[in-house]
Amino acid sequence: MNLELQNAYQVKDNQNIILEMNDITKEFPGVKALDQVNIQVRENEIHALCGENGAGKSTLMNVLSGIYPYGTYEGEIYYQGKLCRFRNIKDSERIGIVIIHQELALVPYLSIAENMFLGNEQANAGVIDWDATYQKASKYMAMVGLHENPRSLIKDIGVGKQQLVEIAKALAKNVKLLILDEPTSSLNEQDAKNLLDLLLRLKDQGISSILISHKLNEINYCADKITIIRDGKSIETLTREEDISEERIIRGMVGREMTNRYPAREPNIGEVAMEIRNWNVYHPLYSERKVVDDVTINVRKGEVVGIAGLIGAGRTELCMSVFGRAYGTGISGQLIINGQEVHLKDIPQAIKAGLAYITEDRKGDGLVISNSIKHNITMSRPAFISNHGIIDKDLETKRAKELRAQLGVKTPTVEQNVGNLSGGNQQKVLIAKWIFAEPEILMMDEPTRGVDVGAKYEIYEIINDLVAQGKSVLMVSSELPEILGMCDRIYVMNEGHIVAELENKGVTQEMIMGYIMEDSKGDIGV
Amino acid sequence: MKKKKMFTGNMRELTMLVALVLIIVFFYIFTDGKILKPMNISNLINQNAYVVILAIGMLLCILTGGNIDLSVGSTVAFVGACAAIFIIEWHWNVYLSIGLCLLIGILLGMWQGFWIAYMNIPPFITTLSGMLVFRGATLLILKGGETIGPFPKEYQSLSTGFLPDIGGGITLFGQKLNLLALAVGIAIVVIFCAMQIINNINRKKKGYETDSAIALIVKMLGISVIVLYLFYKLASFKGIPTVLVILGILLLVYSFFTQKTVRGRHLYAIGGNMKAARLSGIKTKQMMFFAYTNMSFIAAIAGLVFAARLNSASPVAGQSFEMDAIASCFIGGASAYGGTGTISGALIGALIMGVLNNGMSLMGLSQNLQQVVKGLVLLLAVAMDVISKTNVVRAPRAKKTATAVVKS
Repeated sequence: MNLELQNAYQVKDNQNIILEMNDITKEFPGVKALDQVNIQVRENEIHALCGENGAGKSTLMNVLSGIYPYGTYEGEIYYQGKLCRFRNIKDSERIGIVIIHQELALVPYLSIAENMFLGNEQANAGVIDWDATYQKASKYMAMVGLHENPRSLIKDIGVGKQQLVEIAKALAKNVKLLILDEPTSSLNEQDAKNLLDLLLRLKDQGISSILISHKLNEINYCADKITIIRDGKSIETLTREEDISEERIIRGMVGREMTNRYPAREPNIGEVAMEIRNWNVYHPLYSERKVVDDVTINVRKGEVVGIAGLIGAGRTELCMSVFGRAYGTGISGQLIINGQEVHLKDIPQAIKAGLAYITEDRKGDGLVISNSIKHNITMSRPAFISNHGIIDKDLETKRAKELRAQLGVKTPTVEQNVGNLSGGNQQKVLIAKWIFAEPEILMMDEPTRGVDVGAKYEIYEIINDLVAQGKSVLMVSSELPEILGMCDRIYVMNEGHIVAELENKGVTQEMIMGYIMEDSKGDIGV
Repeated sequence: MKKKKMFTGNMRELTMLVALVLIIVFFYIFTDGKILKPMNISNLINQNAYVVILAIGMLLCILTGGNIDLSVGSTVAFVGACAAIFIIEWHWNVYLSIGLCLLIGILLGMWQGFWIAYMNIPPFITTLSGMLVFRGATLLILKGGETIGPFPKEYQSLSTGFLPDIGGGITLFGQKLNLLALAVGIAIVVIFCAMQIINNINRKKKGYETDSAIALIVKMLGISVIVLYLFYKLASFKGIPTVLVILGILLLVYSFFTQKTVRGRHLYAIGGNMKAARLSGIKTKQMMFFAYTNMSFIAAIAGLVFAARLNSASPVAGQSFEMDAIASCFIGGASAYGGTGTISGALIGALIMGVLNNGMSLMGLSQNLQQVVKGLVLLLAVAMDVISKTNVVRAPRAKKTATAVVKS
């Protein structure tokens, strides 16, 4: 492939090491987060950092950028051949190392230009030079291919463009080494590809990147080298000349061969458990905007049904509106559960009717981070552990422990706050919370988002367990391989309506994307 | 494996309890033991009852997300004024008037709760409005700010009275003691210990985790000593103050509510994560409405108690009470963001404030200095907590960044 050849050529051409981190060890009270980690980044290189959640990737980058200052870790950092002792993030930025965090640090009510020069204002003696600000902003925006007015407010542009603003902001600081922590996690496929292409372009202009990502196809697409971290140790560094297939990377990350990323399941599909007919939902604020448009779908007992589509297709909105009208206004249509039409007016009714909606945003909408695991688990159906509204705390602890064991949540005690758990374990607690409510139909929205490969497999096994008990799972996922790997049947949704229903036999990612593209094309024609 | 939480989950409360004991010891030394004289203990209870009562209600509001109620001081004054009008001016039956006053409290709370829960007006604004409106209304019904009093004996005993003794008391070691107070103290200890033991036996039967024998004994012994000491002191003065009965009932009911009931649990969930609570089927608006209605109901009780103590209705009654109640909750470990905090913590917080006040008065320090000390103690208590937690992963607050699609 062209790309591969091009990369191979560049690696030969530039042997200069820009960054070297030697034997970095970082300890937190009771935990060794990093244990003698080594990494080398060359000039003009995109260096991917892979590892499961909690492997220590973010800690390593925090050490590099000075968030954990010199003295709080062991080991040495050499940047452009010089030993670095950063006291804070300003120190590292001054010499061209800029980190962009997963959760963007932009101020929504300030303009693009203002955000870009936040903390780095174009000023003379403390007085801001607005002309210079806007002119420079336009220059850097052109470099990252962001075509917006620099006076637009951040809140008015999409997440994909916000990500570009972050990169432009880094360019404004004269970045030489860009660190990106999961930059594409909230982007759709098109925006994600644009971003990766931008990184490749920047590489040609002499800016190296360290890319932290869970998405192996993206790493495959743009990385020159891949360093794999597991349990706080650097395991190996793969280069493009070697095998960097997804299977190879995963083997390094989990420390064992994963022959199948999706556990097998004996299909045992029964009658229709839930049917949604002619379902329409309007936006809660802009009530003339139709978010879900005449959707008719069904799920059978023991079946995993997937809803594929781009972000913004209305999949989350569909599930939430079914779940006791948790979203939207002007909801119309029929909801039939076990052959009987039901009218669910609020969430408590939906839970009683055997529905569960497992949110895509576990920290924002799913869990109470400051509460214990057991309180979170029993929150969905406190009636099961209480009598006349009075909680039986011993029973609560017992049930929470049972679910912890059932779902394999790795924690010594159910009294622990969920905020202290890793992403994968939090996700399991979230699922446990809804299994506790004993639902018949589970709507799972991005059930493995931000979860590492090992935990993903365990969550798939949980899903298989659920359908083996005759429950139904309606799964929303933006990862097509996951949809293809897990579902019996697939609905493709685009711009609020269903564009295809596919029996999962011989379906490919290209076919699904094809349906979406075809549908979107029709729209432009109108 | 860990045992029951007593020594783990409630670290903050435990430290504040230790702080309270140290403060008492400090004043014991510097007031020549005056602070623990039976009469002073009785006074302490009477003086601070209203703060504890208000702190109970305030805690529920704070739990819902760090929301406070600024109107309680004005509600205290308004309810006191109503009581004076009903009882003194119009000569209504005392008990009927008390009932009516509580109802008025509930109505004021429903008014505020309606705006907060159903119209989404921020609690700070709504209750700031309430603070002005109710204070103004108090001045109006007191005809421009007259003080009305005194109340009949029957009503006064609400706050300053003592429960009548049984059988004229007994004399032990040459000291006349109140028999009822002794009996109640012993009864509380016996019931508490029996409940602990029965609970543990039941747990063992059902195969649940139990307290270790040592933890159980330490717990029973600790509580027993404190209770017996307190009631012995009360017995050697005039017995059990009426207001202690009111206080005891409120503390028990609300502890039970927050720790043991589903509704109570909901308050914590709402404060921890409103959206997650809603998506779990919790009726968040209803709970907000309840918290604020309840707060004004509690404020009405405090208003009645305080008016009885003043023996009059004053237009300036209850000023800055809201601040004492809020400070008590935060000193006692409630989170300023909501979601954590306990009734017992609020009680300890209120006691720390009360003992500081009382001790400094006994030492002859000025009111002005007392304010300074109280303010610093509040800051110190919360700062200690925050600093001790800085290395622990904490709940991410809803950051006002541009993370339109936050993912973890």
